[in-house]
Amino acid sequence: MDDRKMKHRSPVPEEELLSPDAFLAPEERGLFCQDRPEPVEPSKVKIVRDFCNWAQANSIFILAFGTGCGAIEMRPLFTARYDISRYGMFPRPTPRMSSLFIIGGYASVKTMKRIVRSYEQMQNPKFVMGLGSCTVNGGMYYDSYNTVKRLDHYIPVDAYVAGCMPRPESLIAGFRRIKKLIMEGKAEGANEYAKNFEWYKRNQRRIIKDWNMPEYNW
Amino acid sequence: MNRELLVLIGKAIASLFLIANYGLILSGVMYKIIARVHGRFGPPVWQPYINLFKLLSMRTAVSHGIMFYLGPIFRITGGVGLYLLIPAVYGSSWLSNFSFSGDIILVLYFIFFGMLGMALGAAESGHPYSAIGVMRGLAQNTASELPFVLAVLALVAQYKTLSITGIVAAQQGGFANWTVFTNPLATIAAMLAFIGMMHRSPFDVHLAPQEIPVGPPTEFHSSYLFMMSFNRAFFGSAKLVLFANLFFGGATSIPELVAKTFLIMLWTVFVGVVFPRYRLEQSVRWLLKVPTLIGLLALALQMF
Repeated sequence: MDDRKMKHRSPVPEEELLSPDAFLAPEERGLFCQDRPEPVEPSKVKIVRDFCNWAQANSIFILAFGTGCGAIEMRPLFTARYDISRYGMFPRPTPRMSSLFIIGGYASVKTMKRIVRSYEQMQNPKFVMGLGSCTVNGGMYYDSYNTVKRLDHYIPVDAYVAGCMPRPESLIAGFRRIKKLIMEGKAEGANEYAKNFEWYKRNQRRIIKDWNMPEYNW
Repeated sequence: MNRELLVLIGKAIASLFLIANYGLILSGVMYKIIARVHGRFGPPVWQPYINLFKLLSMRTAVSHGIMFYLGPIFRITGGVGLYLLIPAVYGSSWLSNFSFSGDIILVLYFIFFGMLGMALGAAESGHPYSAIGVMRGLAQNTASELPFVLAVLALVAQYKTLSITGIVAAQQGGFANWTVFTNPLATIAAMLAFIGMMHRSPFDVHLAPQEIPVGPPTEFHSSYLFMMSFNRAFFGSAKLVLFANLFFGGATSIPELVAKTFLIMLWTVFVGVVFPRYRLEQSVRWLLKVPTLIGLLALALQMF
């Protein structure tokens, strides 16, 4: 089933999808920031930009979201056999500190809400890696009624690691790909999200039925 | 501004530059040692530098209020202030820092200062994990301060001075004059408390750096986290220098300082990689039982 067919399940009419405050109770609106994200461009000076990209690529704090079964392949990465700390990658428990968001497998509609909230709490620049075939096209959940088929309809994804499940070696290959993109300055997912905010929000609201969170929750 | 003041500021900046780099390299070496014990390669030794640059190069940061801004500033003030009050190299004109008579009391206060500021900052973030981390951290730090303070009081009674420089001066003239040999009980109490003060396993439950409740810094990010990570270089090495001064005869040259502080750090690292983590009540109970009693005994032996 295509994600777009899910729109009929939304309790909110299409024209209200983008109206701010449509989903928050009046007394809760003052508690949250309702500003939309602004794109922040990298430095214009090439040497500064390259240096920042180098630092970003060589020190990556990972927020690993074990949404599905694929997350089990992330554990060996921190053990003696694979040891990703030698690439300057460390697991962090909070979205605030992290710069790489790993979606560990299929994302159900219910999980998508948490993914959006976590993603929006991360600071610019931030990168996303989809782990497993389910994040690419639904994988073995392609006909599930409550599983998201394409992750990049909802948050910008920098790299996918296909496989069901991908081995830790494939994940390391994915990390190298992400590092290369960062070094080249091509991993600008946070700015892309800010520029296409309406499009992403519309997609998210089509599938998330109980949207009891602010417009943009950083 | 007169010339003497400028020279003093210049010396302080040079001293801080030295200790910041030493602290960063030391933590890089520490991560490497821990990784080797685990059978891993570990991050490169210069990884702490890259982490700092990366945190500085984050493009956005959000605030939760004034105290949220001030928390990391208090923290780094605590670290820098603590270091500047301790003579790093005995007899050196620029590495003696601003140590003066009676400074041990101020140093004891400064060890706690950053944590209190951090607690206020973390509380302002409103995150429940921050509050839990602060509560655990303060409880455990109070528990590890007690044996340390008892050991320091035993030293003060032994050397009859409150000045760290005085305590270092009394230990000069050979191994046999070091506190570790003249007052082994106080040294044992302080070294056991030191593992708790350095927040190393088994006393790292309030930080729990790779689990869901990361503790006080849960909401801190970008440049806030930069300040807190940078503070570790000052704060960690200041505590190492303090222990070298109080119990191991201080240092009369930079190589001696490096050798002594490195060995003191290895003690906490080795204990940390061997022992699993205590729960909070276990760690507080242990700290209040074993090292505190040894500290009391050390103090009693000096007083009577």
